[in-house]
Amino acid sequence: MNFVALRMLTGDRAKYFGLVFAIAFCTFLLENQTTIFANIMKRTASQILDVTDAEVWVMDPQTEYWEQTKALKDTDLTRVRSVPGVSWAVRLFKGNPVARTRDGKFAVSFLIGIDDATLAGAPRKMLLGSWDRLREPDSVVIDQAGYILLFPGEPLALGRTLEMNDHRVTIVGISDASAPFASLPVMHTRYSEAINFLGRERTQLSFIIARPDPGLSASALTSRIHDRTGLRARTTQEFMWDCVRYYLQHTGIPVNFGITIAVALIVGAVVAGQTFYLFTIENLKQFGALKAIGITNVRLIAMILLQAFTAGTLGFSLGTGMAATFFEIFLHKLATRGIVLMWQCVALTGVCIFFVVIVASILSIRRVLVLEPAAVFRG
Amino acid sequence: MVNFTGDGPGVSCRNVRKHFGSGDARVEALRGVDFETRFGELSFLVGPSGCGKTTLISIIAGLLDRTAGELSVLGTNLDTLSANERVLFRRRNLGFIFQQFNLLPALTAAENVAVPLIAAGTPRRRAVERASALLAQLGLGSRLNALPSTLSGGQQQRVAIARALIHEPRLVVCDEPTAALDHASGEAVMDLLAANAVRPGRTVIVVTHDARVFHYADSIAHMDDGRIANVTRPSRLRGQSRSGDREPLLQESYV
Repeated sequence: MNFVALRMLTGDRAKYFGLVFAIAFCTFLLENQTTIFANIMKRTASQILDVTDAEVWVMDPQTEYWEQTKALKDTDLTRVRSVPGVSWAVRLFKGNPVARTRDGKFAVSFLIGIDDATLAGAPRKMLLGSWDRLREPDSVVIDQAGYILLFPGEPLALGRTLEMNDHRVTIVGISDASAPFASLPVMHTRYSEAINFLGRERTQLSFIIARPDPGLSASALTSRIHDRTGLRARTTQEFMWDCVRYYLQHTGIPVNFGITIAVALIVGAVVAGQTFYLFTIENLKQFGALKAIGITNVRLIAMILLQAFTAGTLGFSLGTGMAATFFEIFLHKLATRGIVLMWQCVALTGVCIFFVVIVASILSIRRVLVLEPAAVFRG
Repeated sequence: MVNFTGDGPGVSCRNVRKHFGSGDARVEALRGVDFETRFGELSFLVGPSGCGKTTLISIIAGLLDRTAGELSVLGTNLDTLSANERVLFRRRNLGFIFQQFNLLPALTAAENVAVPLIAAGTPRRRAVERASALLAQLGLGSRLNALPSTLSGGQQQRVAIARALIHEPRLVVCDEPTAALDHASGEAVMDLLAANAVRPGRTVIVVTHDARVFHYADSIAHMDDGRIANVTRPSRLRGQSRSGDREPLLQESYV
């Protein structure tokens, strides 16, 4: 009887498309909102995730997240290096100087100072130039979005200069650094240059990044560093989640997105669920006729579930396709760069849609089960 | 046990009662019905609206439980069957023809007819082949793939007749089969029903208001106020009716 169930589902094109598109739009809304939320949260740790050389981040015990750091002492680097299991450890500086162009345009920036000798800590993706040119004096690598912000409408070109804390710096590379949470230009330079560009303070070492010896896990090394130095050591993933957690706890972002996602779920569930429920109600007479003919309740339940899961699967697939297209279109826009449809959001939405379909099916099945087959004789 | 021999009554009701609701809202739909049909006959159940015809055939078809009385359908006491067994009993032994046809609008004529066979486990292709052959016999060979919405009322009822007969049921229950049709179509449908449904070993019950088709009946049970008022066997009229001379009293009673 499966073909009968499917033909009943697809027979009335208007109802069928209405049902599938209701589920598709519910899917699209949920995937869209959860993905944007997750990606915005991920942006709070973009510069951490961009550092692919290191697996361990060491910081002052007071430092909770990327944006707000308490400087370490220069001697802390030696202490970390002396911990058994540390393959290497280098300094990383993070500051927020103001960068000005010749024509007076300016922007507060993320300035990241990477190890002078090894250049460890830089993102690997370069659009123009090379990381090696950072060895030149007064040089910076700026991200593409920052470049466009400071030089709007101008083609990407190397050799342009910026003024930073009375220093004239030259752009020697344009990177594809991940977008930070705040839309600020991201600049990389050598550690020794960075502290000059920002002005001397007594201590300026923001982070130490390190890599464990082969065979030693990053998490084991973080425990070891903490035990031996008293400093806070986190793996890259742990530090990312620290940042995400900080923003979740201290900003209104999760509440705002949570409300939007909840509304999307409720509206989507109500629309999709009610559409399917009404679809069954409108077909009650047909189900009554099938009951009278001798179709068992078990078979009718199977037919309704098949209809629900067919519509659910099609709607979910269509909605996911719409969401994927949406993010593909906006992936390369400046403001939304790097925001991709996350499989976790697709899976979460799938669970929600499954729940909606199950609830709608149960309501529909209930109506069919209590249906008196004798009703088919009533006009 | 299903009576396959054709001996004895096809359906036998003794003092069957049915009420709906309770207290002040209690409605006595059947007040002690005695009714019997024979194999190989077309039995009509006639009477004014609200007299209990539909309730009675719903009980006979096992779609509704009676409040009291004895009922034997094809030699089987339906009370001895579980709910699931009753469904299977209906599937194997009953065919239904409804007033509003109740065809599945998304299925073609042939597929609609094939539904009882598919429900019984016949492979879809074979079921549709058998359905197509039966529809061809009933004069719808050129409309096998037509959707119900593209068929006339008479054609839809012919498809419904084919659906009711495709699995060779022992009992066919027809509820107002001509009510939604014009006179000519109604006559054609009844001709078809009489020619194809009536078989030895099968009993056919037709509920109708339509006095113009009474001449097809082998027996007519007249219902009134939840009881069988009388039973006539107008077989002598059949020949006269088919030539256009109908029983005037019956016509006036229920039109």
